Amino acid sequence: MIPELGLFALVVALFIASALATLPIIGAARSNLAWMQLARPAALAQFVFVLLAFGCLMASFVNNDFSVVNVATNSNSQLPLPYRMAASWGSHEGSMLLWVLMLSGWTCAVSLLSRSLPLAMVARVLGVMGFISVGFLLFILLTSNPFDRLLPPAMDGRDLNPLLQDPGMVIHPPMLYMGYVGFAVAFAFAVAALLSGRFDATWARWSRPWTTAAWVFLTIGIALGSWWAYYELGWGGWWFWDPVENASFMPWLIGTALIHSLAVAEKRGAFKAWTVLLAIGAFSFSLLGTFIVRSGVLTSVHAFATDPARGTFILLFLLIVVGGSLALFGWRAAQVGFAGRFDRVSRESLLLGNNVLLVAAAGAVMLGTLYPLALDALGLGKISVGPPYFDAVFVPLMAPVVLLMGIGPLARWKQASVADLAQRLKWPALISVVAALALPLAAGRFSWMVALGLLLAAWVFTTVAVLLLQRARAGAGQLARQPRSFWGMVVAHAGVGVFIVGVTMVGGYQSEHDVKMAIGSSTVVGGYRFTFKGAQQIQGANYVAMRGDFLAQHVDGGRSYTMHPEKRVYQVQGMPMTEAAIQTGLTRDLYVSLGEELPDGAWTVRVYHKPFVDWIWGGAFIMALGGLLAISDRRYRVAVKAVELPPRSAPPPIAGATPGATPGPQQPAAT
Amino acid sequence: MNRWLIVMLLALLGLARAADAPSIAADPALEARVNALAAELRCLVCQNQTIADSNADLAIDLKNQVREQLKAGRSETDVVAYMTQRYGDFVLYRPPFKASTVLLWAGPALLVLIGLALFWRSLRRSQSAPVAAAMNDADAARAAQLLAADDTPRG
Amino acid sequence: MKGRQFIPLGIFLLLAVLLAVGLTLKPREVPSPFIGKPAPTFKLPQLDAAQPAFEPAQMKGQVWILNVWASWCAPCREEHPLLVAAAREQLVPIVGLNYKDDPRNGQDWLRKLGDPYQAVAVDRDGRVGIDYGVYGVPETFVIDRDGIVRLKHIGPLTPEAWARDVVPLVKKLKG
Repeated sequence: MIPELGLFALVVALFIASALATLPIIGAARSNLAWMQLARPAALAQFVFVLLAFGCLMASFVNNDFSVVNVATNSNSQLPLPYRMAASWGSHEGSMLLWVLMLSGWTCAVSLLSRSLPLAMVARVLGVMGFISVGFLLFILLTSNPFDRLLPPAMDGRDLNPLLQDPGMVIHPPMLYMGYVGFAVAFAFAVAALLSGRFDATWARWSRPWTTAAWVFLTIGIALGSWWAYYELGWGGWWFWDPVENASFMPWLIGTALIHSLAVAEKRGAFKAWTVLLAIGAFSFSLLGTFIVRSGVLTSVHAFATDPARGTFILLFLLIVVGGSLALFGWRAAQVGFAGRFDRVSRESLLLGNNVLLVAAAGAVMLGTLYPLALDALGLGKISVGPPYFDAVFVPLMAPVVLLMGIGPLARWKQASVADLAQRLKWPALISVVAALALPLAAGRFSWMVALGLLLAAWVFTTVAVLLLQRARAGAGQLARQPRSFWGMVVAHAGVGVFIVGVTMVGGYQSEHDVKMAIGSSTVVGGYRFTFKGAQQIQGANYVAMRGDFLAQHVDGGRSYTMHPEKRVYQVQGMPMTEAAIQTGLTRDLYVSLGEELPDGAWTVRVYHKPFVDWIWGGAFIMALGGLLAISDRRYRVAVKAVELPPRSAPPPIAGATPGATPGPQQPAAT
Repeated sequence: MNRWLIVMLLALLGLARAADAPSIAADPALEARVNALAAELRCLVCQNQTIADSNADLAIDLKNQVREQLKAGRSETDVVAYMTQRYGDFVLYRPPFKASTVLLWAGPALLVLIGLALFWRSLRRSQSAPVAAAMNDADAARAAQLLAADDTPRG
Repeated sequence: MKGRQFIPLGIFLLLAVLLAVGLTLKPREVPSPFIGKPAPTFKLPQLDAAQPAFEPAQMKGQVWILNVWASWCAPCREEHPLLVAAAREQLVPIVGLNYKDDPRNGQDWLRKLGDPYQAVAVDRDGRVGIDYGVYGVPETFVIDRDGIVRLKHIGPLTPEAWARDVVPLVKKLKG
């Protein structure tokens, strides 16, 4: 009964979405007030029904309803409750429903938080989001129905993949999807603006917090995925340039370019056409990611069970949504407006430089990910493109971005003085070079990669310090009066520095021992002595495990830690899994992973010392925090009255000035 | 007699400290080379792991092959050639430099160059952009009207 | 100037074509670099210990098939009836390569399911398999009179694949 209710709710949602996708947009074009006013209630109603459908799916899982195929394939009565709930999105069908839930949620949020926007604009934005909903709801109903029945019902389920039975699994997909789907808002704003032909500062100001919010979620989602891989997969890696990882990273890179481009569009009215293109691009890459994961076009550890029929549907959807919006762009871009006027050295040019490099980086990742497919399609053989390629190509692209990141906030809008910048940057440059050369030598081993990493990290921190000093010196209390968007930028940029420290130190200085440990034996790794005390069998909720008992202590004494790595066998699927034991510290992780059991109770063990590895995800979370700070800036919380202007005869041919521009707050060189 | 005493003392010393666990690899230096090379070779069975990380039978066999060959004195290049002769370029995670991969390796640099070229053009265009014309009276009056009407607090 | 705005659309359409083609491909299949190259030599004992050791050179002058199989391999069981039937038709000699298997299990298996093989070489440690670029079982090679590999089929042979790919090729190679 409940699954059928869920299916019915989805069908109703599809009808509502269809209405939302068509009537308000036509209404906006024809100035039909009634049709435009349908948008908000339709958005709310769509969300209610999708939520109902998702609730029905989750209820089926919680109640162990094995007459539903999805539940029988992905759950089990022994599965603990939190994982039974998370299993709702553990499969292709369930995760698509989560996607649609997020999309209808964002649509509803936009409808509720846009009271001060002109109705025509709201109608178009919600209409575009409704259109995307229609596509995904159709996809679910036609090819990926989570409510398919299994008759006769299974006695018990096949269990959730043990790799996914983990807190990280519970939260990583929702965060990631909030990010992917969140870019649909920026996309909708861009398409709505193209449809209406209006590109005033309102559009940029309105898009910005939504885009930043999506970016924050995506950052957290990717960081969680990386962290989860690190502690779950047992060999301590944190990024594999796997096609699905790349599929999430490309929208992130474009999204980062977009939030910086929106800054220029909002503050200076420049780069509008480029920003619109980026907004279309960010969501397009989200959709491309969906295609890659679910079509079977690329092999990946993350890929769901593949089905060419699904792939074809998503590709058609991509053609309509992305192709349609790019066609609209081509047709209407001329109306978007001039690029604005700025000097060769100015904050605009530095931000544009940042954009060029970020988009090139996204392009490079896409090139590497799809190249094997391209060669295969052309009959030129099969190759693999893996971490050696991406590492070689990505670092040279991102290093200049980090350098620009230090200079940008210090540069003035429109025209910056090179001499002034050079003066301000001379200490950061000096300190960075010294740190780059001296610190690795102090750590005992010099390598150029480590030097580069430390140079960039030091550059980030010192330029942030210079920026803060500059504000503080502008007057007493000036620093405290800086708006939250300024602090958001400072924190986010500092987060990048923290991230770089993590990557550099762990890449340059991690140590590992692969040893045969008899009971009582020990090994020294990274200055810590690990002693093996023995292993015993334990019983978990739905698994049996051998649990190792290790004692770790620094060779110079100090606190000792007990560590319990496990080798589990999950009873239903019979799948063995290693649970590494990790001792987390601010400056290092100790990581122990059990291998194979040997005669007389000895074990093969992998022991790692990973310096500063948590700074990788710490840095990412700090970046996300910066984004949150930026969103909470006062100018988004104070309602902005829509300025309705009296009709004019003809727009003036003035570069940079646009009709209907809402005067923005003037703040001293704020972001 | 003294010799036996010394041997026993040494043995006792060895037992007194927790025995240092021996490395799995007989030769750690060789093993480091094996792992470095194995990290660049793709496991053909699981296809999304390196043969260094994979536990598949074939991965272990191939890793052993790598070890044997390096031990026998072959170079990394030789071992890579051995693998590609049998499995094609698919087995390499670092794509080889070939006519068919020129675009792959040169691509990122090309993208940056194209981007910079577009950037330069946009910069030049912006510098020759006409400066805003002076306001006429009608516009000035409108501006005054807007500013007067618009006194909501802005954050 | 007007045309330039459509460049993003153009790039996307090219990408879409690539992805559409991608849907028809099989990314997991690794093509053999031996097509058109000589079959690697080896000398292995046979499953039937009474027989002399097997070398590919023994098959020179004939078109033949090398089928890699193992008793622990489920898909091998699926394709086996096809091989047995093919052996009865005597179109082309089939040589088996028993891959990483216990010879006793291999013998049991053939006794139970039928023996289509003219000879069965025993590759206990899988070295010869690696030499042939084998990465899974079953795999089947078609080798011509001069010992050149002409076809590699990955996975169990289906009647369709047999009729479509193997038979016409064998007939062509036999002249």
